[in-house]
Amino acid sequence: MQARERLPAKGERILSLRGVTKRFGAVSALTDIELDIHAGEVVALVGDNGAGKSTLVKVLAGVHQPTAGSIEYMGRPVTLDSPAKALEMGIATVFQDLALCENLDVVANLFLGHELSPWRLDEVQMEVRAWTLLKELAARIPSVREPIASLSGGQRQTVAIARSLLLDPRIIMLDEPTAALGVAQTAEVLNLIERVRDRGLGVIIISHNMEDVRAVADRIVVLRLGRNNGVFTPETSNQDLVAAITGATENSVSRRQGRLAAEAGGTTA
Amino acid sequence: MTTDNDKTTLDRADARVRHDDSLKGAIRDFTDRLRSGDLGMLPVIVGLVLISTVFSALNPVFLAPNNLVNLLFDCATVGVISLGIVCVLMLGEIDLSVGSMSGLASAMIGVLWVNAGVSLPLAIVAALATGAMIGAVYATLYNRLGMPSFVSTLSGLLAILGLQLYILGPTGSINLPFASALVGFGQLWILPAWLSYLLGLLPGAVMVWVGLSVMRQRTAAGLSAQPLGRLVLKAAALTVGLEGAIYYLHLGRGVPVMFGLFVLLAVILNYGLTRTQWGRSMFAVGGNREAARRSGINVRRIYLSAFMLCSTLAALGGILSAARLASSSQQAGTGDVNLNAIAAAVIGGTSLFGGRGSAWSAVLGIIVIQAISNGLTLLNLSSSLRYMITGGVLAIAVIVDSLARQSRVSHGRG
Ligand SMILES: Nc1ncnc2c1ncn2[C@@H]1O[C@H](COP(=O)(O)OP(=O)(O)OP(=O)(O)O)[C@@H](O)[C@H]1O
Ligand SMILES: [Mg+2]
Repeated sequence: MQARERLPAKGERILSLRGVTKRFGAVSALTDIELDIHAGEVVALVGDNGAGKSTLVKVLAGVHQPTAGSIEYMGRPVTLDSPAKALEMGIATVFQDLALCENLDVVANLFLGHELSPWRLDEVQMEVRAWTLLKELAARIPSVREPIASLSGGQRQTVAIARSLLLDPRIIMLDEPTAALGVAQTAEVLNLIERVRDRGLGVIIISHNMEDVRAVADRIVVLRLGRNNGVFTPETSNQDLVAAITGATENSVSRRQGRLAAEAGGTTA
Repeated sequence: MTTDNDKTTLDRADARVRHDDSLKGAIRDFTDRLRSGDLGMLPVIVGLVLISTVFSALNPVFLAPNNLVNLLFDCATVGVISLGIVCVLMLGEIDLSVGSMSGLASAMIGVLWVNAGVSLPLAIVAALATGAMIGAVYATLYNRLGMPSFVSTLSGLLAILGLQLYILGPTGSINLPFASALVGFGQLWILPAWLSYLLGLLPGAVMVWVGLSVMRQRTAAGLSAQPLGRLVLKAAALTVGLEGAIYYLHLGRGVPVMFGLFVLLAVILNYGLTRTQWGRSMFAVGGNREAARRSGINVRRIYLSAFMLCSTLAALGGILSAARLASSSQQAGTGDVNLNAIAAAVIGGTSLFGGRGSAWSAVLGIIVIQAISNGLTLLNLSSSLRYMITGGVLAIAVIVDSLARQSRVSHGRG
């Protein structure tokens, strides 16, 4: 790899967003987003469908360019104008749609764009790295020489996660990484998140599963309709969190819980 | 699992995958792949057997050694163009102007070298550079303006043809000197027998050598390796086949040097596509452009390289065909050249949908196309019929490609 930024000290601010806005034509996907990520910290990004979580991740991955706002990385203002640049700076991403090439095999996908010895591909070394990485994630992948098209959804997700680890990043962003995973693999991914946090990396995780979020997150950042809607700790009650996500204390989640509680009360009485 | 692998290697820990190293296993692997739509070279082999049976029944001259030597001369010119087509098809794009480009290059040789007295190497470089430049224009139109290659190269087809007619001027045709090296290369030069036999040994030898070193590396790294027996068997079959073919060609004139150049270019392209980062990126961009971009691949540069390579190889094909015909004319590059070059790549197994193909598809495909064309010429059929038949063959190839693709999708093979 090229000369990478030094490893940041624990607690140091790696990434900070100020007033980041992204418009797609008439749609404002993100408005005035403020976000800080520190080394050795797991930040959970939560919000309803269409809240703008994936858009924010794509802005940081260099896939989309923000319409307005500034991004600071390691204390310096940066423009992330291509995915290659973000990767080179040490921002790795697992996209919600995974972004894998179905016609290539697992090894080729893992090393895509960063193959070992570009003029004489070192297939053996790449395959060995692939197996060790996948083992770390407790992956259940029968063969790394089969095209991605033949893998299950969860296996593909594991490949995408493994790929993000390959380049020794400073920040990892995982957009719903456990959505398709089995019980053991989800636990492995959560373990992995803790491991990379302890190594001093910053982690952004997007998930709709509040249990997972509470299990690993140090801070919970809520987005609602493309805007910041509060920062919470994992100790925050479910009710407050749901209220921040949906924007009302009176919502379908609280109504349902109220109904269940009432029913439970009714049967015991 | 087979028993000779008592210690499980890193890549064979999953009990669900069948690993069969026996010959029967190899055959079963092969039929599995065919059923799932991974046809590889099979359509070509079937096609060639069919063609040679039919044509040699109609006219025994077809299989005569010297006719086959002529066939190889013809293959080299359009085959080189087809190598470039493989590159653009790999990205799911197309270049419809390769015929015109080859015609322009052939005209440039005549005008610069014969008429203007420029030295031959310089004229060749100028023609190749023009090709590279036109490819760069297509890539820029594609990358910056999002212009589909189908449209830009279609307009290029006409514009370049116009340029070819313009520089040839009213005479319309320039004869190249017969005694020159270029024409000798295009019509006469044959590899010495000892050299062609030696070169025939090379692929098998390289196969064993590379295979052994990969085997050693894989075993050292704790991975399974392919059984030695199968490797040796494959190499032996390849060598026997090649030496047999060379022997047969030497019953006639022998192996044309020009065909040797074509095969050399195919070997280089094959290496580039399968063993370098550039080739991996080509497959990735053709398979999923956005995923390739997000992996940090410079997608625009990949398009640029493919379009430039395609037009440059088309120009080289044009130069070779000028050498073959000993003339630069208004007819050069027109007619069925375009279609033959594209058809060859598709027949050989390069997909029109992108992300799948190989340099060898151009070699095998062009042999099929030229065999048909040669056979029909021997039967004294007019070009009208030849066009119709070649068009039909291309249609069949595309249908096979589409069906195979559907089958691959349903079998999860990308
Ligand atoms: N490329 C695009 N073009 C136009 N609009 C877009 C684009 N990408 C996202 N949007 C819009 O931006 C908004 C936020 O989308 P985003 O994908 O970020 O939501 P999300 O929070 O990730 O939702 P989910 O939980 O469903 O994944 C949506 O209204 C969506 O329609
Ligand atoms: Mg999303």
